Amino acid sequence: MSSVKTRKLVNLRNFPTFRPVSWFVLFFLYIPLVHVIVYSFNSSRIATIWEHFSTKWYFKTFHNDDMQRALKNSLKIGFAATILSTVLAVLAALGLVRMRRLGSAFAWSLIGAPLIIAEIVLAVGTLGFFMAVHIPLGIFGMVLAHTAFCIPFALLPIRARLGQLDVAPFEAAADLGANERQILRRITLPLLSPAIVSGALLAFAISIDDFITSFFISGPGSTTLPVYIFGMIRSTVTPEVDAISTLLLLFSGIVLISSYVLNRRRR
Amino acid sequence: MGNIKRRRASYAAAIAAATALLLTACGGSSTSGTPTAADTSAAFPTSGSGEVHLYNWTDYIDPEQLTAFTAETGIKVILDTFDSNETLLAKLQSGATGYDVVVPSDYMVAQMIELNLLQKVEPATFPNGKNIKPNLLNDIYWDAGRHYSAPWMYGTTGIACNTTAEPKCANIKSWHDYFTAGLPKMDSLKDQVEVVSAALRATGVAPADLCTTDKSKYAAAADLLKGFKPAVIDSDSGIERVIAGTSNVRHAWNGSTHRMKDKVPGVEYIYPSEGLNLWADNLVVPVGAPNLDNAKIFINWMMDPAHAGAESNFSGYDNGITGSDAFMSDSLKSDPAVVVPADKTALISAVPPCGQDARDLYTQVFTTWLGEQN
Amino acid sequence: MSKIVRGRPGQTSPWLAIPTIAYLFLTIGIPLFITVVYSFLQRAKIGMGVTWHFSPKAYKDLFILENLDGTTTFDTRYVKVLWHSFQYSAVTTVATVVLSIPIAMWIATRNESTRNILVAAVTLPFWISILIRTYGLRQIIDDNGPIGWIAHKLGYENFHIIYTPIATMIGLTYVFLPFMILPIYASAERFDFRLAEAAYDLGAKRWTVFRRIVFPSIRPGVIAGIALVFIPALGSFLQSDMLGGGKTNMIANVIALNFTQARNWPFGCALSVLLILLTLLLVQAIRLISKKFGDQVSLV
Repeated sequence: MSSVKTRKLVNLRNFPTFRPVSWFVLFFLYIPLVHVIVYSFNSSRIATIWEHFSTKWYFKTFHNDDMQRALKNSLKIGFAATILSTVLAVLAALGLVRMRRLGSAFAWSLIGAPLIIAEIVLAVGTLGFFMAVHIPLGIFGMVLAHTAFCIPFALLPIRARLGQLDVAPFEAAADLGANERQILRRITLPLLSPAIVSGALLAFAISIDDFITSFFISGPGSTTLPVYIFGMIRSTVTPEVDAISTLLLLFSGIVLISSYVLNRRRR
Repeated sequence: MGNIKRRRASYAAAIAAATALLLTACGGSSTSGTPTAADTSAAFPTSGSGEVHLYNWTDYIDPEQLTAFTAETGIKVILDTFDSNETLLAKLQSGATGYDVVVPSDYMVAQMIELNLLQKVEPATFPNGKNIKPNLLNDIYWDAGRHYSAPWMYGTTGIACNTTAEPKCANIKSWHDYFTAGLPKMDSLKDQVEVVSAALRATGVAPADLCTTDKSKYAAAADLLKGFKPAVIDSDSGIERVIAGTSNVRHAWNGSTHRMKDKVPGVEYIYPSEGLNLWADNLVVPVGAPNLDNAKIFINWMMDPAHAGAESNFSGYDNGITGSDAFMSDSLKSDPAVVVPADKTALISAVPPCGQDARDLYTQVFTTWLGEQN
Repeated sequence: MSKIVRGRPGQTSPWLAIPTIAYLFLTIGIPLFITVVYSFLQRAKIGMGVTWHFSPKAYKDLFILENLDGTTTFDTRYVKVLWHSFQYSAVTTVATVVLSIPIAMWIATRNESTRNILVAAVTLPFWISILIRTYGLRQIIDDNGPIGWIAHKLGYENFHIIYTPIATMIGLTYVFLPFMILPIYASAERFDFRLAEAAYDLGAKRWTVFRRIVFPSIRPGVIAGIALVFIPALGSFLQSDMLGGGKTNMIANVIALNFTQARNWPFGCALSVLLILLTLLLVQAIRLISKKFGDQVSLV
């Protein structure tokens, strides 16, 4: 009996080692980001060696034309690719519902390709393709390529939401004589809109983040921020890299929080 | 054309005097004859509008100079950067039409001319074309007479060693010593021409023979490299790592060594006894450049001695413009890494402009070495 | 009379999907096709690109080495690169599983508000540039960074982790951890902990409870996580480039090298084809494993 009693005292929800491992993982995930933020205020020009507090690298960043051009390019490409990929993703999500088996298998293998195939493969393939059909390297081509790999990310939340939708409003609308277009405009799209927003956000994040594809197919005046940062990391690693990174972290944070607030309000 | 011929004649004496490529270095070029290109300067624009798209190596141009250029000429500079001659070539060949000025090294200029990628803009006839150092005008293999290219920085590739942190620097006198030193905190360049040519030199190949297609020579070089395991193999200059103390010995360009010395006085530039490569970068205009006039204005502006001197101060390299030494800092002019000491000039020879067969062998040795790293 | 529409929500004309399919065919399908075509061509004589002459040389070069002394031998260089890529990805996958199961279970057993915060904390890194995260990690494991400092304090003067294969694997683990935690958490969240308690009450040891009751129910999440980590890790470029000291030890780095310094596009394309085949093989293997267990695993 006594053994049963001691057993009862153990809380099953606390497997041994789970808590310390969890804290370690969280620490591991965040300590590099904390390091970047802290060292962006380093006065030394060596990014790894702390001297004393200074905001000079932020000052330098704000006066760095190349960095600002790169940021603008990233945003331009990001917005264009987000809009294009979201529209194409909505169309695909709706069209694929009633697509025949063979067609949808083909479609899904294309949509899934960017998720499965290594980015470097698609990047050099795209470079070869552009070279073969004489698409000039630059922002236009980058938007084309970014849109392609953003589509699956924009599509995922939309498809998930479609699967959860209740049939009732659609049947009711149909019974009341609404035609296909009316149902689409008045019921389907409004019900899907939160998912469309999350899909678009996801696509934007993926595009802004992209390094490998942009590296291979960027052209005159179309260097994006990750390509620019990579160049900096390769040559002179000053805390300016940390300062730019911190600003980007801040930007990601703002986007995330605003989307969270937006979602809350909608509920 | 007559203009060029005339200049050729007027520089004949200077060229004859200059035995190798650059030996005059910073000091000796003040006797380089009187300018003769005044006739073209009247037609040459000095200001413009719009933009000029520059495609340059990372960290290789002074941002303040670009601001000054814009202020003086009204032309905005859009800068993108690359990390190797081959990346530059890939971009141009894949149809990146839109760069106005790009900065290839010597052998790459030759290839780009061969591939019809460059415009014949005749930089020697620009108003500041008269400033081109005579030994970098006609006596160059990649563009004799400078029909396509204007000189930019030039330098050598040797070994940088932090003598304070690594006392064994004193033992490194040759490429062979470097490759077999086995010291901690050693870095290498990720550049197949530099690494493999150094290994060839270390195994006894003569400088004139660096484009050999004799496979046994490459086998010996590959054997030597087999034991060479640096901590980092990078396509950048590693300046920060040497300053931070995480790297003490490395295959380095003389200009980046100069910049290391600025922060860490113990760094020394070693001229390996088997000889070292001289390279020269150039400003060229690719075919299809959308702002041809602006490109010419930019190149001409950069050939002004004051501006070229300022660029040298920024990058740590000597440049191809006569009279620019008057604008260089003393630390640059007195650095034996930058100004080649008299007893070392014989060690220097141009980067080998090899044919495809030799290049394939270079690639094979290089990728084998990379593959053996872990 | 208007058309009565019944059936699944959101259904419209399948034609709506045509623009997307056409677009992806053009921007994904054709580049992949071109990769395959280029891999069977000759490289350009000078410069970049290819010449339009059929040649199987790129594939021959993958395995057969014409030695510098004139003999030909089996070329182990690229097999080694493949093996290293595979090895690093496998270690990364194991490391992420070992780290993710505890934290996923731990999060799943917190109360709702804590859970939401923790899930957000694990999701957040996904929104941050991989380049910046890898850079941040590099600063941590640098010889001058915190890890170097601790090693120094402990008296390990010659301790180096940066620019080694281990650094690459730590980097891959760091970057892909959230991709393992989230699917496992999604499975763990649905797990009814009363089941485990029942088993425990019936006398099972804690480890047995985990092995027999808990693990089978989070297995779909683990398998999905393996797919989400192993496959991208295999084709990763940045971590080995930035943390491994640029010693070109993974397949993506060798592909990149052939499109830049080595200027051998057909060979780079042949390596790409090999990587695609390997990836498809992996996807198939993961599919088979999940089928064997009868788990519902969704990859996308």
